[in-house]
Amino acid sequence: MSESVAPAAATRRAEGRFVAARSLLARRPRTAALALVVAMALGLVVLEGLHDVAQTGLNGLVLGSIYALGAVGLTLVYGILKLVNFAHGEFLTFGAYVALLASVTLGLPLVAAVVAAVAATAVLGLGFELTMWRPMRARGAGLLQLLLMAIGLAFVIRYGIQYVAGSEIRTLPFDRTSTVELAGLRLGRTELIVIGVGCVALTAIGLVLRLMLLGKRMRALADNLDLAEVAGIDTRRVTTFTWLFAGGLAGLAGVMAGAVTTVRPELGFALLLPIFAAVILGGIGDAFGALAGGLVLGLVIEWSTLFLDFRWKTAIGFAVLIGVLVVRPQGLFGRARAV
Amino acid sequence: MSGVHVVHAVTLQAFTDLGFWTGVGVLAGTYAIFALGLQINVGYTGVINFGQAGFMAIGAYTMGILVVKGGLSFWLALPLAVAAAVLFGLLVGLPALRLRADYFAIATIAAAEIVRHAAQNARELTGGNQGMFGFDSAWAGLSETIDEWLQALGWSDPPTLFPLLLVVWASVLLLTAVLAAAQRTPWGRVLRAVREDEDAARAVGKPALAYKLQSLAIAAGLGAIAGFFLALNLNFLNPKEFEPLFTFLGFAVLILGGLANYWAVSIGAVLLWTILEGTRFLDLPISSEREAALRFIVVGLLLICLMAFRPQGMFGRREEMVLGD
Repeated sequence: MSESVAPAAATRRAEGRFVAARSLLARRPRTAALALVVAMALGLVVLEGLHDVAQTGLNGLVLGSIYALGAVGLTLVYGILKLVNFAHGEFLTFGAYVALLASVTLGLPLVAAVVAAVAATAVLGLGFELTMWRPMRARGAGLLQLLLMAIGLAFVIRYGIQYVAGSEIRTLPFDRTSTVELAGLRLGRTELIVIGVGCVALTAIGLVLRLMLLGKRMRALADNLDLAEVAGIDTRRVTTFTWLFAGGLAGLAGVMAGAVTTVRPELGFALLLPIFAAVILGGIGDAFGALAGGLVLGLVIEWSTLFLDFRWKTAIGFAVLIGVLVVRPQGLFGRARAV
Repeated sequence: MSGVHVVHAVTLQAFTDLGFWTGVGVLAGTYAIFALGLQINVGYTGVINFGQAGFMAIGAYTMGILVVKGGLSFWLALPLAVAAAVLFGLLVGLPALRLRADYFAIATIAAAEIVRHAAQNARELTGGNQGMFGFDSAWAGLSETIDEWLQALGWSDPPTLFPLLLVVWASVLLLTAVLAAAQRTPWGRVLRAVREDEDAARAVGKPALAYKLQSLAIAAGLGAIAGFFLALNLNFLNPKEFEPLFTFLGFAVLILGGLANYWAVSIGAVLLWTILEGTRFLDLPISSEREAALRFIVVGLLLICLMAFRPQGMFGRREEMVLGD
């Protein structure tokens, strides 16, 4: 008798701890996520040393800001319209090319080029809502229809850009040679600017979503469109703003990606799947989750290079995506619901 | 850009060039087999498989590795490679098929991308971006035999790829006939029941997940077979050939032909490749790079317009199209 009691008690204790960890994840998801990242960082510091972890962490923040900016729009559009927008990556590409056009061809200052990219991509996003998605929703189009339309649209945008601008690799006129050294860490000036812009933008997005009425309405729609409509929210207007918001942020993410790498027609599509991973990590439809998911994914991918060949890092993003879908499809921070 | 490998000349004389059209025909046949897998998934089971290019890669690379690194006979490697793709299909499907349709689509495209990155990075095994060669000597022998038969029949110089064209389309017809026959069995009817209403199928005692898994496994096997023909057509394997673009073009084939109709897949494949390759003879006053971009813009517009105005595709059955989610 007594032999079997001890293991049973141990199992119960282990279960108790497991449940406690789970309920922390459910009640204080952001705290839990932060704890996870800090724990990961500390573990890595012990294994690999502070310098390497900090250096790759900075790279992770660069990547993470781009993912996060791309993911917010994608997750809101998904949550509100149930549209898996496979053309979202092409929004990023479009933004990068508008910046290229404004800065290189027209010779505008970089800041103006970034503003132009954000504005043009926002208008692009809204344009397709008005011409394609709204009429299709009115007809009650199904998942497969919308999915394949989005893929068709991605073809049209990507190859439209290639038609106009050609497929050669371009660079935005950012300064990519000078580096900044800080406490033994090296970072390109452009990367530093991207982190700075990313942090400001992500904080601003967070504040808009949390404090402004429009942001709250967007989240309400993403959470439950019918309920929001019943509560008297003008869903049409909020949808319009959501597309402007999603497009503009995608444009900014595209410029940032173009600034730290190169501008080419496949720029956005290459980023789309990691952005999906960030969205799923944060729970589909959860805007805050997408912000956190993007940053966490960027860090995980860059930290993975500490013990894996860097060539595998893209695959790590996809592995995270599948892992989260299989283990916790509602996302790290989401509440359990039908998925 | 995968698939665009056919030798081409932009002259009217080339319009009658049999060698050129043989190449287009081989590509169309390869895509037809590829899209037959999508048809059983999307058209008949309601499973949106976005990872077909990954299954194709598993099949093609397993064959290549077994022959080149393992020294196995090509003919023995083929069934083993199909088995590997089927296994991978089960491995992906078992956890992922429990997800909602849209999550499943994203999970499968991610799985396919992991396969492609693995093929790119495991250089010792796959040759990475340098490509993998030397798996097709057995096929070259058979191809020569077919060539001799053709010459014995009085055709003095058939195009080099003509034997492959014959074998591809014979396979397309055989597989289409088998799948169409399977669709008329009770098993096929359960697949459609799962597509129409999973809960109802389960309520009458049909294990929906098992049927979806079978459907995905068959699609993976078909993807592997398409991978063999792609490999024989190119004479080498390169990870670039297995980009998600290939799957998306497969969906274009599926939709052009029509949903829930196996025979329509062949029509869709021929149509798509006529658009993508046959238009080389249109003498447009633009650079060839712009022409290439324009072709894909046309494919994109076709997809959008078909989805908007005829979502079941040209020869599909509207009443068999599941519109809801």
